[in-house]
Amino acid sequence: MRREELAARAAEHQRRLDGFAHHILVCAGLGCPDNEAIVVALRRAVAERQMENRVLVRKAGCMGLCALGPIVLIQPGEIAYQTVRPDDAAAIVASLGQEPVQRLLLPSDLPFFARQHKNVLALSGRIDPESIDDYLAAGGYGALLTVLTGMRPVDVVRSIQESGLRGRGGAGYPTGLKWATVAKATGDRKYLICNGDEGDPGAFMDRSILESTPHAVLEGMIIAAYAVGASQGYIYVRAEYPLAVKRLRLAIREAERSNLLGRAICGSGFDLTLQIRLGAGAFVCGEETALIESVEGRRGIPRPRPPYPAEKGLWGCPTLINNVETYANIPPIVRNGAAWFAALGTDRSKGTKVFALTGKIRHTGLVEVPMGMSLREIIFDIGGGIPDGHALKAVQTGGPSGGCIPADFLDTPVSYESLHELGSIMGSGGMIVIDETSSMIDVVRYFMEFCMEESCGKCVPCRAGTAQIHRLLTRFQERRATAADLAMLESLCDLVKHASLCGLGQSAPNPVLSTLRYFRQEYLDRMVPAEPDGEVQP
Amino acid sequence: MPVNESTAPPADDTRWQLIDRVMQRLDRRPDALIETLHAAQDAFGYLDSTTLAHIASRLRLPPAKVFGVVTFYNHFRLKPKGEHTLAVCTGTACHLKGNDKMLAWMRDRYHLAPGDTSPDNRLSLVEVRCVGACALAPVFLPDGALVGKKSFGEATAIIEEWLGDAP
Repeated sequence: MRREELAARAAEHQRRLDGFAHHILVCAGLGCPDNEAIVVALRRAVAERQMENRVLVRKAGCMGLCALGPIVLIQPGEIAYQTVRPDDAAAIVASLGQEPVQRLLLPSDLPFFARQHKNVLALSGRIDPESIDDYLAAGGYGALLTVLTGMRPVDVVRSIQESGLRGRGGAGYPTGLKWATVAKATGDRKYLICNGDEGDPGAFMDRSILESTPHAVLEGMIIAAYAVGASQGYIYVRAEYPLAVKRLRLAIREAERSNLLGRAICGSGFDLTLQIRLGAGAFVCGEETALIESVEGRRGIPRPRPPYPAEKGLWGCPTLINNVETYANIPPIVRNGAAWFAALGTDRSKGTKVFALTGKIRHTGLVEVPMGMSLREIIFDIGGGIPDGHALKAVQTGGPSGGCIPADFLDTPVSYESLHELGSIMGSGGMIVIDETSSMIDVVRYFMEFCMEESCGKCVPCRAGTAQIHRLLTRFQERRATAADLAMLESLCDLVKHASLCGLGQSAPNPVLSTLRYFRQEYLDRMVPAEPDGEVQP
Repeated sequence: MPVNESTAPPADDTRWQLIDRVMQRLDRRPDALIETLHAAQDAFGYLDSTTLAHIASRLRLPPAKVFGVVTFYNHFRLKPKGEHTLAVCTGTACHLKGNDKMLAWMRDRYHLAPGDTSPDNRLSLVEVRCVGACALAPVFLPDGALVGKKSFGEATAIIEEWLGDAP
C-alpha cells in the first residue's frame, strides 16, 4: 500500500469516526478487569436508546489510572469516569450531551493527568488497540512513510543519535550508537529483536504499551530494521502477558495485510518479516544474550560479552536488540524531529519515561513524565501520596537489579545518572513505594530470593552467591545474625557484583547494598549481641 | 526418558495436528522447540514424556536437550494440573500487599503449597512471578481470571465461593 492509499484509508476511517456525535472509550487493559462486561452493557444501553448511529462504544488501551479503574472516557468533552461498573452503563449513555454523571466523574484537573507529559502513551487509551485503522487515522505509520520516502538509513540513524534517546530497558545505552554499530556491521544477514520480556516483578510498562498501542511498537521496529538493514525480526514477549500477545499477533497480521510488513513495504525496496517468540517464565531471558539463546530455542543462558549482539547476536549475525518502550519512542522522534526530543528531559537523559507506580501509593498506575522530574512530584503530586496516613519510607526503582532510595532524596530529579549516584538504577520503570510498615530486610530478602531462583546457574558467583546472600538475609530477618554475618554479607555482595557473568548476577546485590547504605540500622537492630569471648568483664 | 525414533503420535489425535502446524511453520528447525512446547502444553495441559519424545524426534533434537529446555523454564509443566487452578501473584507489589498471607491460608485451608495439586485432582495452586497487574495488587487468578484490590477477608471468601466451599 502506498502513501496515498494509506492516507485515503486513514481519512475514510476518520470520516466514519467523525460521523458519531459521541465516542465512549472503555479502558480494556489488563488493569481494568470486567471491561468486556462494561462494553457489552454500554452497547446495550446505546441500542435501547436507538443511538447506534450517533454513539460509538469502543475498547481502548490503558488510561493509566489503574487504582480507580475501570475508566471510561467520553469524547468530545474529555469526560472521564472512574470505577465504572456494568450497571452504570444506562446512566452514562443517558447523560451524553447533558450533565455528566457526577458520582462517577473524575476531576478534570486531577494532577495525575495534568502533570504528565505523554509521548509514548499519547495514543494509549485514545484508540482501539485492535484496529490498525484507528492507528492510521491518528497519524500512525506516518513516521514510517516519511522514512521510506525521504530518508536514507544513515539519516535515520543520525536522527536517533541526535535525539539522545537511551535504552528504556534499564541500562540506558545510547540507542543511536547501538543502531550505528549494527548498521555498520558487515554481513548479508542482520536481525532485529524487540525485548518484551518484562520480567522485573512490579513493572508493567511494556505490557501496557503492547496492549494499548501495539502498532506503535511495530512502526518503531520497522523504522529500526530499515535503518540498520535487517530483514527479519523477532518480538520476544512473556507468556504471562496473554492479552499483549493476542493484540500483537493481530497487529502483525493487520500490518502484513496492509503491506506495512512483508515484501516491498509500501512500494519501497525494503522487506521485513516479524515473528513473535513467547517467553516461558525465565527472568534471565531479559538479559539480551540469554534472550537470544531463547529465541534460538535453547535454555536462556547468557553468553559472555563481548562480542556484543550488535556484532554477533542471533545465529552469529549482527543483531539490534531494543526494549519495547525504546521502539515506541521512535515514531514520535521521526515525526517531531530529533531536536524536539532532545529538548525534553535533562542534559544527559532525554525525553520522557514511563513509570509503573505501585506499592503503598494512592494512585497506582502507569504514568509518563519528562526525565528530570523529581521523585517527590511523581509520588506525591501525580501519585497522590501514601494512603491510610502512613509515611513514605523508600522508593524502590529497578526491581531486583535496583535499589531503595530513602525519603531524604525525594527531591532528586529522575535521570539515569542521578539514580545511579543514589545506588539505584533507572531500570525499566518500576517504581515501588514502600511505607514505614514494611521492613527493608523483608523487601531485600524478597528480591534476593527472586534472583536466587532465577539465576541460570551458569556462573558460580551468581548461582552460589545469591543463595548464600539469601541465607544471610534470612538470619537477619530471624534476628539471628552476628557481626561476622554482616561482614560476610558485605564481602559476598562485592564478590557477586564484580565476578558474575551477566547483568542478573552483577546487579543482584544492588538492593542489599543500597539498604546497607541507607537503612543500616535495620540490619544492626537484628543482630544478636556478640558472644562473650570468655574474659570476665570487670 | 525413553527414546524411540519411530515413535509416532496417535494419528487420530487432532491436537497433534495443531502442534505439527507450529513445527511446520517454523520449518522444523531446532529453534522451533520452545514455540512447539508452548503449543503442546496449550493442547494437552502439560508435557508428558511421550509428548516430549515425539517433539524431540520430529525436530531431530536429542531428548536430553528437549528435557533440559523444559526444566529450565518455569512455564512448562511435567505434571497435569487439577480441574481448577488458582494462581497467586508473588510479584513485588503483591508481596508488599500481603500475598504471602494468602499462600499461608491456602496451606492451612486446602493443604496446598505452590506447585501442589489436591489428591482429588480438583485444585492446583501455582505461584506466578508478576502478571503485570501490579497497580491492582494483591492479585490472584482463579482459572485465569484476574482478581485484584481485595482485602484478605474478601479474597478468601471469593476463593471459597469459587470452589463451592463457602461456609
